[in-house]
Amino acid sequence: MIEFKNISKKYGRDSGLDDVSFALDKGKIYGLIGPNGSGKSTTLKMIAGLVRPTKGTVLVRGKAVDRRIAKDVAYLSELDMFYQPFTVKDMIDFYASQFEDFRIDRVNELLAFMKLDPDKKLKQLSKGNRGRLKLVLALARETSVLLLDEPFSGLDPMVRDSIVKGLLSYIDFENQTVVIATHEIDEIEPLLDEVLAIKDGKVIDRQNVEELRETKGLSIIQWMKMTFKE
Amino acid sequence: MVEEFQASKPIYMQIADKINQQIIRGELLPGNKLPSVREMAVKSGVNPNTIQRTYSELERMEIVETRRGQGTFVTENEGMLHQLKLRMQMDIIESFVKNMKELGLTEEDMVSGLKRYFIGKREI
Repeated sequence: MIEFKNISKKYGRDSGLDDVSFALDKGKIYGLIGPNGSGKSTTLKMIAGLVRPTKGTVLVRGKAVDRRIAKDVAYLSELDMFYQPFTVKDMIDFYASQFEDFRIDRVNELLAFMKLDPDKKLKQLSKGNRGRLKLVLALARETSVLLLDEPFSGLDPMVRDSIVKGLLSYIDFENQTVVIATHEIDEIEPLLDEVLAIKDGKVIDRQNVEELRETKGLSIIQWMKMTFKE
Repeated sequence: MVEEFQASKPIYMQIADKINQQIIRGELLPGNKLPSVREMAVKSGVNPNTIQRTYSELERMEIVETRRGQGTFVTENEGMLHQLKLRMQMDIIESFVKNMKELGLTEEDMVSGLKRYFIGKREI
């Protein structure tokens, strides 16, 4: 579904990603973990066609990624950028006007699930509710790839819980590939099939969550502490 | 809230254990339908592939059966359920005995210790 072939990205003289190769399958949920500045966001933005590699090719469904990949990829940004005077409803109409695959029929269900009031102005929303709205907008699209950049950061445990449950309720888990970049790994470990560890622009390890428990008796957190210490 | 899991054991096994306990306690009866994979995933905050594996494992143990197009059901084979109960008891006894042995206790120590424990409980 997603393939990185010898991808490098330079920001000026700094290296964002350094000769990275991996492939992600359809119908699986992946965690992307690593310290700040390790290359997690760059990786997601590349899949979304928002950042171009300096070297190498990114493929999504066998096609080389360019800006038009937005048709196949839903991307939840870590940034909190909303047009303040909009209401929740305006935001939804805007998304519906931009994406053909936006399922307007699914939105009301999602809003109710997340307990969001469509008539509220965006500037009146709490941080938690802005986090929920971002997920609603991402989940209302019918795409083969769903990318979530730090969907939990700065949110309280109740909101995190509703995000996990929202994800599980609405992703198409047979056909969609989901990639979540996060620090809050213990929160979502049971959600993941596999975890990729990124450090200094390189994928340094990759593990199947259940295999790691079966063969080594380790949770991802324990494994991560070992992996990143080296 | 999303459930917590121990690190040392695969998540699919921990969920299978939980379902087995529910069956033994009679919270799930023979012939009862289990939640769908999706419902169970949402309820426990766990990857649907993991839940699928739990159900396959329970099916392999002949504790549940999947009926095409209908869902997954607790077996009505009471013999199997009786065996499950014995097996789970045995697991708990084995780990108890192992822990006691590590303390250097003998079989007699364990038996008399257990007796004393239950008598003490009654007196309280």
